[in-house]
Amino acid sequence: MEIMSQLQESLVELIRRTSAEIPGDVHQAILASLENEKKNSLAASAFKIIDQNIALAKTKSQPICQDTGSILFYVNCPVGFDQITFAETAREAVKLATKKGFLRQNSVDSLTGKNDGTNCGPGAPAFHFHQQRTPEISVRLVLKGGGCENVGAQYSLPNEKLNANRDLDGCRKAILDAVLQAQGKGCGPGILGVCIGGDRATGYELSKTQFLRLIPDRNPVPELDALEQDILKTANELGIGPMGFGGKTTLLGVKICAANRLPASYFVSISYMCWAYRRQGVTLDAGGAIQKWLY
Amino acid sequence: MINLSFPFTEEKIRALKVGDEVLISGVIHTGRDAVHKYLHEGGKLPPGVSLRDGILYHCGPVVMKQDDGSWKATAAGPTTSIREEPYQAQIIRDFGIRGVIGKGGMGDRTLAACKEFGCVYLHAVGGAAQVLAECIKKVSNVYFLEKFGSPEAIWELEVVDFPAVVTIDTHGNSLHKEILARSQVELVKRL
Repeated sequence: MEIMSQLQESLVELIRRTSAEIPGDVHQAILASLENEKKNSLAASAFKIIDQNIALAKTKSQPICQDTGSILFYVNCPVGFDQITFAETAREAVKLATKKGFLRQNSVDSLTGKNDGTNCGPGAPAFHFHQQRTPEISVRLVLKGGGCENVGAQYSLPNEKLNANRDLDGCRKAILDAVLQAQGKGCGPGILGVCIGGDRATGYELSKTQFLRLIPDRNPVPELDALEQDILKTANELGIGPMGFGGKTTLLGVKICAANRLPASYFVSISYMCWAYRRQGVTLDAGGAIQKWLY
Repeated sequence: MINLSFPFTEEKIRALKVGDEVLISGVIHTGRDAVHKYLHEGGKLPPGVSLRDGILYHCGPVVMKQDDGSWKATAAGPTTSIREEPYQAQIIRDFGIRGVIGKGGMGDRTLAACKEFGCVYLHAVGGAAQVLAECIKKVSNVYFLEKFGSPEAIWELEVVDFPAVVTIDTHGNSLHKEILARSQVELVKRL
């Protein structure tokens, strides 16, 4: 039997925990919202099932949601870190985690429709490496399901239909339109990651990095913080509710960043994360062993 | 809470209305994107599978092979149903389906087919893969496993007390239409 490297073992454990255990900040937000919903409503019933599901997944060490999603690794590493070996090891960890049932056989060849059951192929899993001048290694993992990915949206402003111009009010209109269009299809209550600016690719990419933030954190940029709070409050007044059943909780959080844009472009890119917000992270020592959990 | 048990007769289905919470027991079949497209294009159900008076579950479960060769569903929540909107009405009509379990709701064509042919849309809680897998007592069979891959295969499941909410009924009502209209009005007030 082949000996599993320390790094591979750590990454399998990271995948297991990400898939089976909801982060504490998300669980807190879900429990607080449950309190808000009317007793005996469909919303309250949905929240109860969600809460039972969170407990059961953790106890059984099985996926919170069967759609174990796109596998997104965010790696912060020092200069000189061997990214190639890391990616090779992570791919092996993904294959093993799939065999163990922590991940569904979830990756399909887009041309042939074949699913080879490994979760590895062109673009899968996805890696985002960021170098830094300090020696720490941290690995964050997001598993993002297809239902919520499908309700993501990118707006190019101005948008005449929404009467949305190239300003923060225009961004607000675009973001709230995305919430309206999503209804319950993205497994709400959801969390929005938004990027104002960038190009079509970087806009979406940066919108997803917002999911690395903690739900109760506040944006250090005052304009963005105000927009985040406003969208959260307004969306929760729309009555869409968990699963689109109606109710007070449509969103659990809103996270927005801004990136420079071209004079010709003004994109608002919105990624929607389902309540089954699977995000975890670890710091690793030089040998690949887990030092601490980040969420 | 209403117990909805096999056989899923037209009479039982037509008695349901939007907002009813049900516990489903009996045999159900999974079928999602690949199966819908295949059936829409004239594909035949594999021998041994009948959806007549049955329930179709929009689900791509995690199913693990056990040491004795049997299957176990270890995670099995609903997938988003609206992707099947181009196909669902025809499939309800042609295959005599009485219930569709999924999440996120469906559109006007499915709503009309539910009314005409006597079918309901049953909304399960999306993401609740463990609670729902617990309700699957047996994986009786699998079809098209090689052809479509595990998440897209037709899995025959025996469920007990599987929780869902009727969100489209046979009387022309859709909770999804209602919530969309209401939320649109609320949003306009706040722009």
